[in-house]
Amino acid sequence: MSLLQIKNLSVEFGSEKNPFRAVEGLDLSVDQGEIVGIVGESGSGKSVTMMAMMGLLEGQGRIVADELTFDGKNLLTISARERRKIVGKDIAMIFQDPMTSLNPSYTVGYQIMEVLKVHQGLRGAELKARALELMELVEIPAAKTRLEAYPHQLSGGMSQRVMIAVALACNPKLLIADEPTTALDVTIQAQIMDLLVNLQKERNMALLMITHDLAVIAEVAHRVAVMYAGQVAEEGTVPQLFRHPVHPYTQALLSSIPEHSKGARRLVTLPGIVPGQYDRPSGCLLSPRCPYVQERCRNERPGITAHEHGAVRCFYPLFEKKEAP
Amino acid sequence: MFFFILRRLGVLIPTFFGITLITFSLIRMIPGDPIEVMMGERSLDPALHAAAMKRLGLDQPLYIQYFDYISNLFQGNLGASLKTQQSVWSEFTTLFPATLELALCALVFATVCGLLAGVVAAIKRGSIFDHGVMGISLTGFSMPIFWWGLILIMLFSVQLGWTPVSGRLDLAFDVQPQTGFMLIDAWRAEMADPEYNAGAFKDAVMHLILPAIVLGTIPLAVIARMTRSSMLEVLREDYVRTARAKGLSPARVIFIHTLRNALIPVLTVIGLQVGTLMGGAVLTETIFSWPGIGKWLIDAIGRRDYPVVQNGILIVATLVIVTNFIVDILYGIANPRIRHAK
Repeated sequence: MSLLQIKNLSVEFGSEKNPFRAVEGLDLSVDQGEIVGIVGESGSGKSVTMMAMMGLLEGQGRIVADELTFDGKNLLTISARERRKIVGKDIAMIFQDPMTSLNPSYTVGYQIMEVLKVHQGLRGAELKARALELMELVEIPAAKTRLEAYPHQLSGGMSQRVMIAVALACNPKLLIADEPTTALDVTIQAQIMDLLVNLQKERNMALLMITHDLAVIAEVAHRVAVMYAGQVAEEGTVPQLFRHPVHPYTQALLSSIPEHSKGARRLVTLPGIVPGQYDRPSGCLLSPRCPYVQERCRNERPGITAHEHGAVRCFYPLFEKKEAP
Repeated sequence: MFFFILRRLGVLIPTFFGITLITFSLIRMIPGDPIEVMMGERSLDPALHAAAMKRLGLDQPLYIQYFDYISNLFQGNLGASLKTQQSVWSEFTTLFPATLELALCALVFATVCGLLAGVVAAIKRGSIFDHGVMGISLTGFSMPIFWWGLILIMLFSVQLGWTPVSGRLDLAFDVQPQTGFMLIDAWRAEMADPEYNAGAFKDAVMHLILPAIVLGTIPLAVIARMTRSSMLEVLREDYVRTARAKGLSPARVIFIHTLRNALIPVLTVIGLQVGTLMGGAVLTETIFSWPGIGKWLIDAIGRRDYPVVQNGILIVATLVIVTNFIVDILYGIANPRIRHAK
């Protein structure tokens, strides 16, 4: 059984009459020790999915799903109190902007020790020793003095390391990294990615990596889900999906990477933008932008269908590679 | 931290001189002089008037009078009241506890209710409670103190008869002023003579309630609104999301992670309210015949008692400055980013 199993998850915002579906019919599973990537443009529902799962939407979004289980526990029906015993302990999350994700009024040490106190009941010297151990685990130099430092005294890379230390404090089974390197310098990005991947291997935890950086996914992930406008457009193993993308959107996404454009003068782009609340097409959500669009695509919304190497949400998947007209 | 305090102290000196200059000139701009006011409607022999002015040193050019005033100040001499011949300092120290007691109770009332209302309004944003609190606080903020005081007296003292109309204590009690704080003095008197002074403490409380509410209304409104907006701002911060993602209880998220940061601007606002309280005390004390420095200063202005007005206001202003100074330091303690600033 998968560690995390999501089936047909939808998240709606706004009024009952005029709802906006930020996530629609999303299926996702993550096994123990697996690295799964979620890619998509801004506003494609990547973060909202994770926030919904962790119960961080604070009653703003309405969450509907056929199944939402973590480690055998049904996250849809458990009480808020029960959920808090899982969140921060078995599922931990790190965020995009480490500089603002740490509370400026408390020392780094306090913020690490807080999780240990709340979830593991550690006290006194044991607590301090464990915090120091975590600081060293995430390779923070001069860890002992840094325990007393305030977040504003740390660089972005250091702050993200502290966030990772907080996340790993209770040995989570699943770590969700929501664009963990977007706000960092390129050199620091590589260090943080290495750190995350090493820690993942060492502890055999599952890592769910949310990003819009395809290169990162290609390098580290085992499986990947491509999201578009709140839906999973295509899902598959990394080598398969990167070599033979079958969804037109995935194909467009991959060909928009400069390295892939192979001598073409202009970078391939998909005209238009992700549909928002008021311009959602009645058919396939990609239909207004899709170069292969057919009449059926405009009127009917495709479901997700499994194939040999993964799953795709398209009536006319590109099993034989075609060039965009 | 040492340099932080030193830097703040440096700013105080020009402020201090500014106050002396303003009070000195303002009181002299009001028509009439102490002698004229003392004599009232009766005609005054110009020669006698000139002699009296000379005796008080008021015949000198203004810059010399100001210089004398400042040099006296530096020698720690605050002068004596023209009316009672008592030193300004001793009059002040006798009356100040009454004002302090009133202002402290008003501030405690305003802070406790304001923080509570602001926090709950922020958490239940958009609810009826939120709209109610914000509407009431806007009303409270716009309410003229003298009108609000009279309305409360009409309702609670005259119509319902729940509280006394004015003063600090019923005359029937035998309470010796020891600390100057009526609550403490009445409590001690009641302990010392439980039979004769039975109910003195309760009576002191009943006398204090209405003036404290009247004086605390504007600060309460300001604190509630500030707390609400500050809380709402902080609740949107990434680190509050982090706190939730850590699986912390809602109480911990609100009080440890949100309120602590939201309090920083509120603290400044509370500090600034000390000025409002002192200003409000003048009106409140007049309405409730509360024998404090507000009433003392109003009377002094009425009879052009130059030394009392100049130095009384100077002392009050210094108090406000010192409180704001302390708030600045507290601010530094609450916000590590300021403490570490070079």
